[in-house]
Amino acid sequence: MAEILVLVDHVDGAVRKPTLELLTLARRLGEPSAVLLGPGADAATEALGRYGAQKIYVVDAPEIDEYLVTPAVDALTQIAERTGPAAILLPSGPDGKEIAARVALRLGSGLITDAVDVTAGPDGPVTEQSAFAATHQVTAHVTRDVPVITVKPNAAAPEPAPTDPVVEKQDIAFGPASAGVRVLSRTPRERGDRPELTEADIVVSGGRGVNGAENFALVERVADALGGAVGASRAAVDAGWYPHSHQVGQTGTQVSPQLYLAAGISGAIQHRAGMQTSRTIVAVNKDPDAPIFELADHGVVGDLFAVLPQLVEEIERRRS
Amino acid sequence: MKIIVCVKHVPDATADRTFTQDGTTDRASVDSLLSELDEYAVEQALRIAESDDDTEISYLTVGPDDAKDALRKALAMGGDSAIHVNDDSIGGSDAFGTSLVLARAIERHGFDLVLCGMASTDGTMGVVPALLAERLGVRAVTHLEELTVENGTVTGRREGDGATVRIQGNLPAVVSVTDRSGDARYPSFKGIMAAKKKPLETLALADLGIEAAQVGAAGARSAVDTATRRPPRTKGEIVVDEGSAGAGLAAFLTTRKFI
Repeated sequence: MAEILVLVDHVDGAVRKPTLELLTLARRLGEPSAVLLGPGADAATEALGRYGAQKIYVVDAPEIDEYLVTPAVDALTQIAERTGPAAILLPSGPDGKEIAARVALRLGSGLITDAVDVTAGPDGPVTEQSAFAATHQVTAHVTRDVPVITVKPNAAAPEPAPTDPVVEKQDIAFGPASAGVRVLSRTPRERGDRPELTEADIVVSGGRGVNGAENFALVERVADALGGAVGASRAAVDAGWYPHSHQVGQTGTQVSPQLYLAAGISGAIQHRAGMQTSRTIVAVNKDPDAPIFELADHGVVGDLFAVLPQLVEEIERRRS
Repeated sequence: MKIIVCVKHVPDATADRTFTQDGTTDRASVDSLLSELDEYAVEQALRIAESDDDTEISYLTVGPDDAKDALRKALAMGGDSAIHVNDDSIGGSDAFGTSLVLARAIERHGFDLVLCGMASTDGTMGVVPALLAERLGVRAVTHLEELTVENGTVTGRREGDGATVRIQGNLPAVVSVTDRSGDARYPSFKGIMAAKKKPLETLALADLGIEAAQVGAAGARSAVDTATRRPPRTKGEIVVDEGSAGAGLAAFLTTRKFI
């Protein structure tokens, strides 16, 4: 069976959930081989094997962390040239997409980004993507050489398929361009106790109607009661009420959870583009004409400072 | 310093956009304009020029006749000149074809700094800046929320996949900026009038030494099989809060098994 390369997204060997989703999707296409760049192979092996990685290619070179993107491009390209995979899967994010594009250009391959599903087709992998602010659904395939595909988080539920992976260290000849852009400092995003926005099954977001940074505590209370992540609209982020890393929208994070609860968000097109593929959508807003209500499975026209505390109280009552 | 800003004329993101039969963006059904995300790149170029008198700014676009409008809009914000690559063979190009045309035009013009938006608002792939750097053989200092250009070095803050990083690279470079990099200015009346007189050069593929088969649908490395409109969401129940809507919401979430 053909090898499918999966680029591992990890911090010192702690494998992030989107990688487990990629391994699950890769098994539909062939035999998954994980590509782990940077330190942490020992810590990562168990998780990668549990989700079906047959092989783990390890590149533990200082260049990977010292310079931006290009060392990873050198590594992935050279591993692809050595192994001749049937496809390469990467996580969709700024880093993943840039690595994917440059690898595809070097290999003479085609590229598809932001897939929300990948299945095996007669001419190689078939992808599904959203287009035009998630109003359209597109299926596509790569027509040249090794398909390179970036996949959005939550594209598949990770399914265990235990293996005993073979770990192979790979030596990479880094080109002079690899040392082009130096990483001066790296601050991993705070994980905290809540699930990460892109990976969460439930997202509770606040917008302009939350009316102040201190009031986001109420949004957090609802998120914690439901076991979800906290999001924010562009307006709330621009006002400085919540960090940009939590912005949901076309230019922020695009989420597709089982439940999206929008509090005090009117639903501008850019925000809708980032959340309207959510399975169930709930909205609380004072303005009955807010466009968010067009998407809502359940909408409440009312004051969020009255509705949300009652919701939290009722959740706690129902759970006790 | 020579700055080239890559801009794109795109269908209005707030309009109801759709696809043509062959799976490419339908440009005829809605108005097009300068991609909002490119305005941030224009703004950063203008700020750099304001602090350095020797800076010259050119705008570059690839597209049909009306793509000129995006160049005029950028010129109205400021800057010196524009280049329009217009050739029937380019229609249907993917990111590889587009980046090839851009790279050849950039090489022909000469540059110290290429500035781009983080993505176009129609294709939204966000990979053209990286492809340009790869093709031009220069550094890619991308996805910046904040940047400074000083003494031939670009330093900036980037929101990467799992971390915020501060990065630095020397010119020449391709730099892309996000919508957090700083609000774009509006063109003044004086700027709009001045833009009409600024030089705008039009190039065809032959001027760039590119064969028609390298771009357009012929040169594309992926193909769209189907493009369908998602059915509109069926509107759910909207209730007006009269004191018990919070409890009602909890009941709804219970029926959907979230509680």
